[in-house]
Amino acid sequence: MQAGTLFLHARRAGSAAVPPVLALLAACVLFSLFLLVQGISPSAVFGNIYDGAFGSWFSWQNSMQRAAPIMLTALCVAITAKLGLIVIGAEGALVLGGLGAALAGLALQGWLPPLGAQVGLLLAGAVVGGLWIALAGALRHYRGVNETISTLLLTYIAIAVLNHLVEGPLRDPASLNNPSTFPLDWNVMIGEIPGTTIHWGFGFAVVACIVCWVLVNRTTFGFAARMIGGNPQAAKLSGIPVGRVLLLACGLGGAAAGLAGAVEVAAVHGAANSSLAVGYGFTGILVAFIARQNALAIIAVAILLGGLEASSGVVQRRMDLPDATLVVFQGIAFLCVLASEAIQGRLRMPQLLRPREAV
Amino acid sequence: MSKHPGSAQTVESAPAPKPRAPASGSPATGRACGLEVISLTKRFGDFTAMDQVSMKVRPGSFHALLGENGAGKSTLVKCVVGYQQPDEGSILIADREQQVRSPREASMLGVGMVYQHFTLVPHMTVAENLIMSRIDTPQFINWRQARVELEAFMQRMPFRISLNAPASSLAAGEKQKVEILRQLYLERRFLILDEPTSVLTPNEADEVLGMLKEMCRRGEVTVLMITHKLREVKAFTDSVSVLRAGRYVGGGDTDDLTTEDLAELMVGERQPPAAESRAARGAGRTVLEISGMRARDDEGVPAVRDVSLSVSAGEIVGIVGVSGNGQKELVEVLAGQRHAENTGISVQGQPYRARRSEMIRHGVAILPEEPLRNACVPGMTVADNMAFRVFDRAPYSFMGWLRNGQRRKRAQELIKAFGVRTPGAESPIGKLSGGNVQRAVLARELTGDVRLLIAANPVFGLDFKAVREIHDRLREARDNGTAVLLISEDLDEVLQLSDRILVMYEGRIVYETTRDQAQVRSIGKHMAGDHA
Repeated sequence: MQAGTLFLHARRAGSAAVPPVLALLAACVLFSLFLLVQGISPSAVFGNIYDGAFGSWFSWQNSMQRAAPIMLTALCVAITAKLGLIVIGAEGALVLGGLGAALAGLALQGWLPPLGAQVGLLLAGAVVGGLWIALAGALRHYRGVNETISTLLLTYIAIAVLNHLVEGPLRDPASLNNPSTFPLDWNVMIGEIPGTTIHWGFGFAVVACIVCWVLVNRTTFGFAARMIGGNPQAAKLSGIPVGRVLLLACGLGGAAAGLAGAVEVAAVHGAANSSLAVGYGFTGILVAFIARQNALAIIAVAILLGGLEASSGVVQRRMDLPDATLVVFQGIAFLCVLASEAIQGRLRMPQLLRPREAV
Repeated sequence: MSKHPGSAQTVESAPAPKPRAPASGSPATGRACGLEVISLTKRFGDFTAMDQVSMKVRPGSFHALLGENGAGKSTLVKCVVGYQQPDEGSILIADREQQVRSPREASMLGVGMVYQHFTLVPHMTVAENLIMSRIDTPQFINWRQARVELEAFMQRMPFRISLNAPASSLAAGEKQKVEILRQLYLERRFLILDEPTSVLTPNEADEVLGMLKEMCRRGEVTVLMITHKLREVKAFTDSVSVLRAGRYVGGGDTDDLTTEDLAELMVGERQPPAAESRAARGAGRTVLEISGMRARDDEGVPAVRDVSLSVSAGEIVGIVGVSGNGQKELVEVLAGQRHAENTGISVQGQPYRARRSEMIRHGVAILPEEPLRNACVPGMTVADNMAFRVFDRAPYSFMGWLRNGQRRKRAQELIKAFGVRTPGAESPIGKLSGGNVQRAVLARELTGDVRLLIAANPVFGLDFKAVREIHDRLREARDNGTAVLLISEDLDEVLQLSDRILVMYEGRIVYETTRDQAQVRSIGKHMAGDHA
């Protein structure tokens, strides 16, 4: 019985993985065509991507480091997607979460022990990010504003707020080229996982993914969220407080993205500045869709995409290709994944892979 | 869908085509053409939707087609306009037998249909909507010429509508007029209207129907109107045909028939089944009480206008009415799926807002219509769907954690007890057949302490066996002291099950009777809007 269920789970996971894998392969083919047109050897480019991403322990660590914020922003997309929402504004929650974390860190350092300040700044980042996406959730629930559009626009507002503050009232006069807030003390910075150069943010992100998976699949809250996502009418019929669950889920998703910002500030930049808005939030959308909103799959996909981002420097240097080349690849991959979602159920899957039909 | 080539058709296909232009028919006719159907039969599987229906619509007459839901009216007109093919029988349009294979062929013959709901493109102007509907719309439209033609056409019409107005800016009555104008613009000689006044106010309805009557009188068009409203039949139409349970049961000139006659034809001479020989139940405590409920439909039009009723423990109260009189919205408010301006609901003496805690405290269960759409999450498993009422309570959860084993065990027991045919508790419920989805929902809703059960068209679309099973479950619940509110479009179902019967019409309860005193004829009259 136990082995049977396990087999069933494995088979289900396997068949769920088929469409995105096929989509990624299709994206590789299209990207190769794109390179061939320019007279560039695809095999050389893919070789360099591999070297840059997973060719050595050094590049592995680099990939995992970059995977951390991507995982967290992907969670923001995935949790809200369980309720049938398409939230694309994790970037905004990340940016404001980073700003909130920097301010909390600056306020707390000195009169709290370093560990306390660290906890405080991470919490602050999560709270700010959570409120930001919960705002979009409230607009959706109470005013019927489309959450996809509102989160996109809120992202631009968030970036503008960040730029305004770090170039104005919160600017450290010493930051000349890249206007920033005052830097955090070295001892409140988040360190590395022992024996590696990967910062603890990666650990937080992996834990967050596992927690999120458990939340969605093993708790009554997740059950209610899946009911709402599957059929709001049925959820209302059962008396599920739709608004409350929706706001809570948006808050949790936003908190994950805000935590990503906090980690970027406290483990990488040391201060809040415009380097926070480098597109991790948008890569997170791609990751969540490839992972089909499964929090555990997000871990692996985020490392893959983190690797792609990490390799961009190598590709640029060795092949003398513009930075945007790999952005093109990401774009193609996203289109292929969306297309594969759209044609799902219209194309017949091979008999072996199809779950057994009801009698 | 068995076809019987040549059974009835061979008999009827004989009449020699009369070499007579439809326009030069009887003296009353201008362009209008008549319709005759002979022994028309249509089956869906084992179900005969229309059985040997023969009727005749004179050219230039305004003819009403009356009948309850499911009497076969829609099937009849769908065959005439070519959406469906009859299995037997023949259709004569302007005295010629025609095989109408598609709506396009019907429109070639000058037969058009106006639907219950609007089909105008909201953002386009009236002129654009009219031009667009032509079958031969050219790739490039010469707007100047088209406009001149349209204006000339409008001059001939009995009423004016601004050609430049976007369709979305028109009131309901004006939209309905444009729908009719469009049919005339397409030079239809025979118009079928499917409950054209269901979306109109009484004044708008009178105006539109008066205009149609005038056009019929001038012989421009023949109108066949599906309706449920006896008042409109008496006030506007020349003749009437009544269908019941797929058969033609009578008709004639409207002037020769009273509303009583029509109501009786519509509902038949059914007698409510004799009261069951149970010990007379004393009326139990009041469980559900609604006072002055008001709610709007999706378009913001008042649908539930003022409903007050009460249901006591151990009785089934049936609400019957033609669909679209606010029953759907009433159920949705009760189920917590629709916001009401005034709910006025109290359950067991306490105000009720359809919260989960209240549902559990008062033992409220709901069987909505179309259970897969309204009560299930198709992508979740049968076990999950069966647990919607209990998943967050012991023993199915502990401190917010789901206990999957308990949930599955309960589902397996319920699947067995209610005879749900499914490959397993872990199959998605969306893959089950309609009857089995309904059984699964029934199992979920009727298990445990149910003190109030609200059932809306609970047997819609189910086969005979499933119907009997579900009716038995409702009676059983009633006998166990549950207060049951049954909302149904099917008069037979309500007569069979209910202890008290209410009639809902245009968002109000307009009539109430007990089962012992129920007179089918007066119920029918009230369903059709005749409250005199």
